[in-house]
Amino acid sequence: MSHEHVSNTKRIWFVFALLSAVTTVEVILGIIKPESLEFNHFLGLNLLNWIFYILTIFKAYYIVWAFMHMEGEKSSLRWSVVSPVIFLVLYLLFILLTEGHYIYGVFKDSTIKWNF
Amino acid sequence: MEATVTTANNEEKTWGGGDIQPLGASYGKMMMWFFIVSDALTFSGFLAAYGFSRFKFIETWPLADEVFTHFPFMHGVSAPMYYVALMTFILIFSSVTMVLAVDAGHQLKKTKVAIYMFLTIIGGIIFVGSQAWEWKNFIKGEYGAVETKGGSLLQFVDKEGKRVALEEFAVKLPEQRVALTRAEGKWFMEDAESTPTYSVAEIQAGFKAHPDLLIRTEHLTAKKKKTVLSRAESESRLNDAKYVVEGANLTRNEYGSKLFADFFFFITGFHGFHVFSGIIINIIIFFNVLLGTYEKRRSYEMVEKVGLYWHFVDLVWVFVFTVFYLV
Repeated sequence: MSHEHVSNTKRIWFVFALLSAVTTVEVILGIIKPESLEFNHFLGLNLLNWIFYILTIFKAYYIVWAFMHMEGEKSSLRWSVVSPVIFLVLYLLFILLTEGHYIYGVFKDSTIKWNF
Repeated sequence: MEATVTTANNEEKTWGGGDIQPLGASYGKMMMWFFIVSDALTFSGFLAAYGFSRFKFIETWPLADEVFTHFPFMHGVSAPMYYVALMTFILIFSSVTMVLAVDAGHQLKKTKVAIYMFLTIIGGIIFVGSQAWEWKNFIKGEYGAVETKGGSLLQFVDKEGKRVALEEFAVKLPEQRVALTRAEGKWFMEDAESTPTYSVAEIQAGFKAHPDLLIRTEHLTAKKKKTVLSRAESESRLNDAKYVVEGANLTRNEYGSKLFADFFFFITGFHGFHVFSGIIINIIIFFNVLLGTYEKRRSYEMVEKVGLYWHFVDLVWVFVFTVFYLV
């Protein structure tokens, strides 16, 4: 196998520091909730949530690539694991956003009160 | 000739998938990866269902900051996010010790692997324990609320908008339902356990007796705060009250939307179950390390495989943390 069995300890601690720093930023933002971020929207989502989602993806990338050592695997394994997940999650997101938006409208505009 | 000869009849390694490694990983490791793919899609499905339901009730969804406010040994102090942030750090750190164990395994350092595995297990146990504590607080609730005939949830606040617990104002009326004990009758038993501390009439009477109390509905204002009604509106809304809700269960919860508690229990519970099974697997591998199983094999790949699972659990938590506590 292609593992050259060298110690990666330095990189592990670096990634740990990175993940901790990102989590700290998330928590601080989650507690303060700056108004300029919370009440400005981009593509229907407020900037604060954009930041949260981007940082989440960022953390996920480092967990998979460094901790699960995806960076050391063959690209065929990388693609066969990552691409189905990404494709299906994007598809789910699409369904969730379109249908959720529709159902929200049904509840909001219907003549029947469902919760009073 | 060499290229056309199949090596699948290599009898020594048939169980492990033979020597053919199309993806450059051993059979076990590759299958762990594909198990993780399917598990990831399961979690994606759950989170998508959560997102969909939340989207549906976006204007009445509970605010996470107001729900998860507990910190151990700090009673009555509102500490949103801190505890769950601590849990996140614990899980990330146990991921780090896991990856250090894998790293030590590559160098065939048995003692180091064992120590790091042990730390990982401890981290996992602390995490599951924290989650149990979080669940306990969630189920117990803090302030209590009232549900109307139509399914809306009403919470109580004072003039400053600070939450008021039911026991602070409810009056004790005579001739209330008494929870029967086992000795007295069987038919009322199940109901008895879920009988709230106060009846609706006691809450209504207590509300009348405290003119400075107001009602807060589930609806979010433009500033993402819950709407507080005027005193007159509050009184008329409270006339529709049907249930007293204390804490949370799968039917109703004092925080707001019923689906909120359902998804909280279901998704964090499913994740917690993954952590739990991860701990069990880690313990098995830890003993194998101690027994020298992998030392004899000259390969610590099993540690790497459970490591993959453990990191996956951490990975899922990163997403659960974002969608339940931050967004």
